This record gives sequence, C-alpha cells and structure tokens, in this order.
Amino acid sequence: MYVAVKGGEAAIRNAHKLLADRRRGDRSVPSLTLEQIAEQLALACDRVMAEGSVYDRELAALAIKQARGDLIEAIFLLRAYRTTLPRFGYSQPIDTGSMQIERRISATYKDLPGGQMLGPTFDYTHRLLDPSLARDEAVEEGDRREGDDTPVMRVSDILAQEDLIEADGDVAGEEIGDLTRTPMEFPMDRDTRLQALSRGDEGFLLALGYSTQRGFGRSHPFVGEIRIGEVEVKLDVPELGFAVTLGRIRVTECQMVNQFKGSAKAPPQFTRGYGLVFGQSERKAMAMALCDRALRADELGEDKVAPAQDEEFVISHSDNVQATGFVEHLKLPHYVDFQAELDLVRRMRGEHARRRDGEDSMPEAAE
Amino acid sequence: MQTGGSIVEGGFAEPVFASQAVFRAVMDAMARPGTVQPIDAGTNPPPPLNATAAAVMLTLADADTPVWLGPALARNDAVRGWLSFHTGAPMAEFASEAAFALMVDAGAVPPLTGFALGTQEYPDRSTTLVLQVDALTGGPNLTLAGPGIKGTQTIAPRPMPGHFDLQWREINGLYPRGLDIILAAPDAVACLPRTTRIVEGEV
Amino acid sequence: MDATTDTKVRDARQARLSTLASADGAELLHLWEGLGIDPACEMVRGPEIGLIALRGRIGGGGAPFNFGEATVTRATVRLESGAVGHSVALGRDRRKAKLIAILDALAQDAEMESKIDAGIIRPLLKSQADRDALRREETAATKVDFFTMVRGED
Repeated sequence: MYVAVKGGEAAIRNAHKLLADRRRGDRSVPSLTLEQIAEQLALACDRVMAEGSVYDRELAALAIKQARGDLIEAIFLLRAYRTTLPRFGYSQPIDTGSMQIERRISATYKDLPGGQMLGPTFDYTHRLLDPSLARDEAVEEGDRREGDDTPVMRVSDILAQEDLIEADGDVAGEEIGDLTRTPMEFPMDRDTRLQALSRGDEGFLLALGYSTQRGFGRSHPFVGEIRIGEVEVKLDVPELGFAVTLGRIRVTECQMVNQFKGSAKAPPQFTRGYGLVFGQSERKAMAMALCDRALRADELGEDKVAPAQDEEFVISHSDNVQATGFVEHLKLPHYVDFQAELDLVRRMRGEHARRRDGEDSMPEAAE
Repeated sequence: MQTGGSIVEGGFAEPVFASQAVFRAVMDAMARPGTVQPIDAGTNPPPPLNATAAAVMLTLADADTPVWLGPALARNDAVRGWLSFHTGAPMAEFASEAAFALMVDAGAVPPLTGFALGTQEYPDRSTTLVLQVDALTGGPNLTLAGPGIKGTQTIAPRPMPGHFDLQWREINGLYPRGLDIILAAPDAVACLPRTTRIVEGEV
Repeated sequence: MDATTDTKVRDARQARLSTLASADGAELLHLWEGLGIDPACEMVRGPEIGLIALRGRIGGGGAPFNFGEATVTRATVRLESGAVGHSVALGRDRRKAKLIAILDALAQDAEMESKIDAGIIRPLLKSQADRDALRREETAATKVDFFTMVRGED
C-alpha cells in the first residue's frame, strides 16, 4: 500500500550536500580528473560502459567520480543518462574478424595462425602488491617488435574447416530483438539473450559460469579464443546513401568451445558459447560465453537441471540496475505496509493464543 | 525545386519546443476524440505533404518506428528523403508492419484491417494512421461517442476513406486490438482512437 | 557525370567522412586551423547528441544482435554556395561534428577537395597509421614463441 508522506525535504537536501562533501573528501588531496579516471581506472570505465550499455569512456569516468567509485551506482547513472538521448539508428554488425588486435589467446590451439598474443594481461603476474605504485615512479613503455597487419583469423573459423564444430548459424534472421524497446518474453531468442548477458552483472554471470564448471549443468568448456581490440563502427546514413565509419570501439570477444556428445537433435560435435563485451572485460566475456552455452540447453536437446540453464532465472536476475532497484527499495518508507502486517501478526498471535488456551481447557473443540 | 539540398530543409526550426507543442496538440486530440486542435506546424515539407501531417511525423516518428507511405507518397523521392532525413524512420514495405502509415489520399486508403492491429497481449503494437485531409469541417457529419467524450462529439472531416463508418465498426469490434487515426488538416489535427465509436453518420 | 565518376566521388566522400569521424577532435581542430579558411555556414541540423544501437554477430559471424549503444553526434550544415554537408561520429564532440559537416560540404568543390585531402585527410591517415603501428608492435612483443621439447623416439 502506498500513502503520500511529506516532510524530510531539509534532511534530504542536507544529506545530498554532505554526500557532495564526502565525495570530494580531504580538500588537501587533489581532485581526480576525468582523464585520470579514464586512463588509470580504465577497466572500471570498461565495466561501467559494458553494464551501463553505453560506449562513452568520458561519461563512464564522470559516473565513477560522481558515484564515489561505486560501480553499480555509476552504471545506474549511465543508464539514466541514456534514457535522455534519442536513438539515431542501428550500426552495421561489427566485424570482430578485422579487429585491431591487442590481445588474442587460445587454449585449444598452440600454433594457431596469427599466434598467441598476451597483450596487457594480469595473467602470470604474481599478484603481489607493488609498493612502487604508491610512490608514482616512472613507468617504462612497452617493448616493440615488428608486427604484421593482416587480419587475424577467428579460431572458430579454423575448427569449422573440419566440420566438427557448429557453424555460426544463419545470418539472415527475422527481426532483431531489443530488450530496451520491447518487454522481455520467455522463452527468449538467443539474440535478445545475448544482449541481456552483455549488459548483465559481471559478478552474477561469473558465479553462474563458475557453477557450470562445478557440475551444475556441466558443459566441458575450452577457451577457443579470446580477443581484445578495436573494431570499426559503421552506420548506414540515409541522407548520404552509403555507410560511413563513425569511429572505433574496444571490445572483448570470447569463443567458448564445448564438448557435446550429441542428442536427438544434433550429432556429436563441438558447440559454442559466445561472449561479446565493451572494453577489456575478459572475465565478463568468458562468463557470458559460459552462460550463453548453458542457456542453449533447450535448443540442443539437453536436460535442464541447473540454475545456469534456467533462462528466466538467469536473464530476469542478471541486470544489476533492476536488482539494486528492487533490493534497495526495501529501505524506503514502508510504514503503512508494516502497520498492516503488525496488525495481522497481532491478530494471528491473539488467535493462536486463544486456540492454545482453548485446547488446554476443551481439547475436543480443537480445529 | 526538389534538389538534394531541399531535403534537409523545412524541418522544425526549434525541434525540442516545436515537437513538444505538436505532441501536446496530438495528445489533447487523442484524449478528446473528435475535437479540433490547432497546430502551428512551422514545417515546410515537399508537396503534396501538408505542414501539419509533416509536423506530426517529425514529432512521432523516429528510428524505431517503421513508416509506411501510401501509394502517392511511396513513389515521391522528395517526400521519402525528407522524412528519412528529419525522422530517421525506416520505411516499411508492408502496411501490416508499420508503426505509422502516412497517407495524403483518403480515396487510396487500403482496408483498415490491413494495417498492424496489435496483438491481444500487446495491442499497442499497431499502426497509427496519419491521414492528411483537406479540412476538418465541411464533410459528412460523424457523431462520436466513447471515452474522452462527454455525451457525443461531432466532426466532419473531408475527404474520408470509403465506407469509413463500416470499416471503423469492424475496428471497434477487435478491441483491445485495433488502430488509431490522426487526421491532419492544413492547420489542425483531430483524432479517432480505437475506443471511439461512430454513433451516427455515413461516409 | 557518368556512372564511374559518380561512384568515385561517392567513394571519396565515404572515405573522407570515415577518416574524419575516426579522428581525434583536438587534432582535427588543429589541422582545420592550419587550413586557414572560415566559411560562413548555416546549421541545418544539430550538432546533436544521440545514441546508436551497436550490433554484433552471434558467434562472430552469425545472425546480428544488439549488444549495447554508443553516444554519437551528428550535424548537417549548408554553406553559402548551397552545398550541404553531413556528419556522424562516435562521442559527444559537437565542435568536431560541425567541422566534419563543414568539410563534407566544402569538399564537394574539387579544388577545395584536394586542399582538404592534403591538409587534413592525409595527415589524419598518417597519425592513425602511426598509432595502429605502435599498438601492433607493442602487441607483437607479447607474442608467445613456443619451444617444443624433444620427446619420444621418432
């Protein structure tokens, strides 16, 4: 039940003023610039862009600053901002095959065409805190070695040559789903599901992906390929009559390859899960690919036994802005609801007591 | 006169304020079916489109709303180009896929049941027909009743599609499915939402 | 104009707009100032900020899906000559979008086109190529060179 309540304006005003003060913190410490956040907390910006579902590094940095580093709050800010903008159109599908590669690895082929390039990775670091960072020491530039600029073949295309892996599927689709435009419906098509996963909460998808490895919907995954780098964004511009490149975005793509013993619907082969996320977001792209594969249980004729295979469960709970909204609304005034519940419990308690007393004195009248 | 350049002209000078004003007029017209809401369009579209129909399209259509053009407009490159530049709306090939259908010739309006009529679950996934008319007066009287109308409301737009009252009765029978009509005269709009019934009148 | 010239003009315009949209806003402004022209123009539309939905392909090469959005800015200008120029670029740099639209309109004049090509497009392509080469070489330095240990009989 909702009842309008007034009051608290001054308290709210002062709370916001105090928030601004605490956000700024000790005035003798220099204020962070957006450039500093975008450059030095780049992966935080990537996460905010990915889950805020808007590619704009500067806005992500602003959101992180405004949210005091609370990334889900920053994602919320970005989502709110996007609702104020008109949508001008839809890009042509990006071509990850012609990516300007910054990292590219495969766990399935050692000597794959194009090679394994580690890029700026946390892998193989010793995870020892580095005290030199506390002192702002000069940092060396990366080494250089002659590279070649031929496009790097996707691993899925290599496996496809042997026909042991499922193909990419039909290109000509029906209408492309968009959960920002039409309400969710289950069962959902894979395109809409991937959109939900791409903007879904990294922690939630990571946990679900992990669960599939631990036996809750086993899917025997291998990382066919992870690639990170920049791709061009192209848009058909009606007034020009042709497509133009609008610039580049950095994305992480993960091709998960899964052993599949076959079913009534498909022969034994490798199947695939797909992850595509803004920025350098490897963990998220991998988790997304694991969840995508798990959610294809129906399509591939697998038994649905685990949470990660339950489409409605996964997709309905993967959005952290929705989740935080519903969980956090509990702290808003529920005075009237609670009064009603209080009355109800008092009445039940009274009835309970009367029944017990009655049972004591006249057991035959019970129930 | 319709060179490449003129396609980019004739839109709203102040898109935010103009589209808000037009939206307000269309909303009022929808809320009070059959009333005439004046519009100061401020658009200068390629002929045969009138300024009001153009302003309504600029206000309502965007990249997410497929627009179907009636036969007279579909072949008109200037109109297509103008709408495409100013709204970004994709052109729908079939009337049944249109979020908006724009027509300037009442006589050529296809049977209303050929437009998108929504589904039982999502009746909103239907076409809004923007029909350009010569005037909202002077035609045969339509006496209207339904939500938003106290008693009855009379309007006499001209020209209207053939057997309009019969066709509209059929649309009424599909409720909550159906479609909604915006009548765009040179200086005003009037609306017939699907909830409005024609209680008297023949067209 | 015959069909091939038409296609050539179109391709050149497409390439120019793509290079300009991919440019760094500050660098573009700097090169523009070097050109030393300041034509009077009328804003027909924008510069206005909006979004485009970004699409990928399932599995990298399959059916398209929407995976997010990006901010874009677009503009349309008309010069006194009547030439109309358009622009769309990622990001929210209004000045950049306006400049690109002006350059698009200016370049419809052949003499101006070669001036823009020499003074702006080629330098932009060069710096983009340099940035790409640097990144490629830095990445190549992290390429794994496997050594296979000899094992078994054979």
